[in-house]
Amino acid sequence: MSESTVNRPVLHRDLSKRSRMLITPEGLALPLTVGSKGARAGALILDLVILLLGFIAVFLLIYAFGLGVLGLSEGDVESSPVLQFIVVMLIMLVFLSRYGYFLWFELGPRAATPGKRLVGLRVAARDGGRLTAEMVIARNLVRDVEVFLPSVFLFGGGAFAGVSGFAAFIWLAIFVLFPVFNKDALRAGDIVAGTWVVEAKQAKLKEAMSLAPDRSSEYRFGEAELSVYGEHELQVLEGVLRQNRPESLREVAEAITTKIGWQLGAGDERQFLEAFYAALRGHLESGMRFGKRKRDKYS
Amino acid sequence: MALTLFSKAEIEPPADIEAASLRSDKFRLEREVDWQRLEAIVTALEKNRPKRISDDDLLELPVLYRKTASSLAVARETSLDAATLSYLEALVRRAWFQIYGPRIGLSGWLRYFLGGGWSASIRAIWLDICIAFAVMLAGTVVGWLLVERDESWFFSLVPGGMSGGRVPGADPEVLRETLATTEDANGLGVFAAYLFSNNTGVCIMAFALGFCFGIPTLLLLVYNMALLGAMLWVFADAGLGWEFGAWLSVHGTTEIGAILLSGAAGMHVGRTMAFPGKRSILSAMRHAGVRAAQVMAGCTIMLIVAGLLEGYARQLVGDMGSRYTIGGVMLAFWVLYFAFVPKPQEHET
Repeated sequence: MSESTVNRPVLHRDLSKRSRMLITPEGLALPLTVGSKGARAGALILDLVILLLGFIAVFLLIYAFGLGVLGLSEGDVESSPVLQFIVVMLIMLVFLSRYGYFLWFELGPRAATPGKRLVGLRVAARDGGRLTAEMVIARNLVRDVEVFLPSVFLFGGGAFAGVSGFAAFIWLAIFVLFPVFNKDALRAGDIVAGTWVVEAKQAKLKEAMSLAPDRSSEYRFGEAELSVYGEHELQVLEGVLRQNRPESLREVAEAITTKIGWQLGAGDERQFLEAFYAALRGHLESGMRFGKRKRDKYS
Repeated sequence: MALTLFSKAEIEPPADIEAASLRSDKFRLEREVDWQRLEAIVTALEKNRPKRISDDDLLELPVLYRKTASSLAVARETSLDAATLSYLEALVRRAWFQIYGPRIGLSGWLRYFLGGGWSASIRAIWLDICIAFAVMLAGTVVGWLLVERDESWFFSLVPGGMSGGRVPGADPEVLRETLATTEDANGLGVFAAYLFSNNTGVCIMAFALGFCFGIPTLLLLVYNMALLGAMLWVFADAGLGWEFGAWLSVHGTTEIGAILLSGAAGMHVGRTMAFPGKRSILSAMRHAGVRAAQVMAGCTIMLIVAGLLEGYARQLVGDMGSRYTIGGVMLAFWVLYFAFVPKPQEHET
């Protein structure tokens, strides 16, 4: 069974380095996955690109509008009140996009900026409680030192200003690289605000597996044949059945029949696998009810 | 057992349940209508369209949430259907985020904030405000004394472009000129907006730098106030001390107040980092950070006011008495607002 074709099995997810358990007030342990550093950097870059494109659009619009409709020419900032108004609006727009963009979106019901949504992330309170407006504000104010200051510093050529420039570079690098040096990928703003960024994936409810025609009379599997595999293999098989690709069905069916010593006619793979899946799941689930779990074929 | 293959399980659940050969699938088919109802509600909430949810659904939301959560708990122990488990986990997580997510949007929060949340959090960091105030006072005195002893200090304190002719030993007439008003209001809007966005940057820096035990914040405060002290000495030396005070007080009472508060907010975070008390560092910083964030959000508002005062009022009002009145009224307003507006009724934030 090829590992790469199926989703990561649920039961093995706790082995992953980034998974955390969150206890809800109902006492239910909810697995959360901390957003990977790459995804977070990607989300930030996406947000900055969106901001930049928005700027360019607004500037072009104002330029076209100003030249076309109002017939303004350059150089009369002092005399024209309309032009003054536009400049004021532009300064406020730059300010708002620097702070307001992140605030507005992270205060929304998805608690994620468009960039975060695209890569499947959201902000959450680290203690499992409610994410408050103050938390979002705190984490976004510190963003200034982490993102905007270093970029101004880099593009402004501050890094070439001798000893003090070098000291400033180290100092800013501490902030920028902060998420790399802790296991929850918290940036300084996350620490101050008590938040973290977790994955927020959606899942569709797929069809129940045992609705397929019951073939337990045609294929009879004995105790010895069913005890070859464990939960991990069952879930890999589930993935193969749901994907329903003839080559992989064929491959998996051959692997199983070789293992349990059966002979299989051509064209019966899907039927055989469905029957084997139902039997194996029934077997493992009845074991579960008695508190016996078999993680994989080695246990 | 029926051998029919049903494609849509939620349409006729009872028949489907019989079709399932596994116990865990029967469990799932019995409950999946509820799960899908919850999913529809959560999706509407996520899209910020709560009006799409029917009253019945809304009333049942807590029940549906708890049912689904308990389904997940049971399924974890009885079912090996990976797709169902990951669906349930994702659904419960999404529902949980909606139920425990931010309750109020930006506008609701603003109302709570201006109605007393802001002044309450400012009163809560009074100690840091006192420290920041003492440091700023000391910075001003240091700037004054340094320049008084040796005038060359002025040039190392004040960046060349900023002085604009306001240097030690300058002609009093030139100095008086810099305090004067402009003829009309043209161009002042741009100036005010520029001042606002620049000053807010300084304030946010003062706060964000507090992250390193507050030391960079202190340095920033001392430096900025030393600059003011040096400038003060230049004008006092030319016999224009009171005029300079009037010129400064128009916007300064608001602007320096905002810098004081943001410095104090940064100090609050830094001080908590150094002395977390009995709590863990992370939880102590979280509390301090949230409180400081409120103070900071308020500073933005103060700076808008300061930018308008600096851009318009200071440039248009030239009379010394009126300038002192404007500054004094602003100062009194802020002090009274911060000291006496009570915290609003406990609000679900």
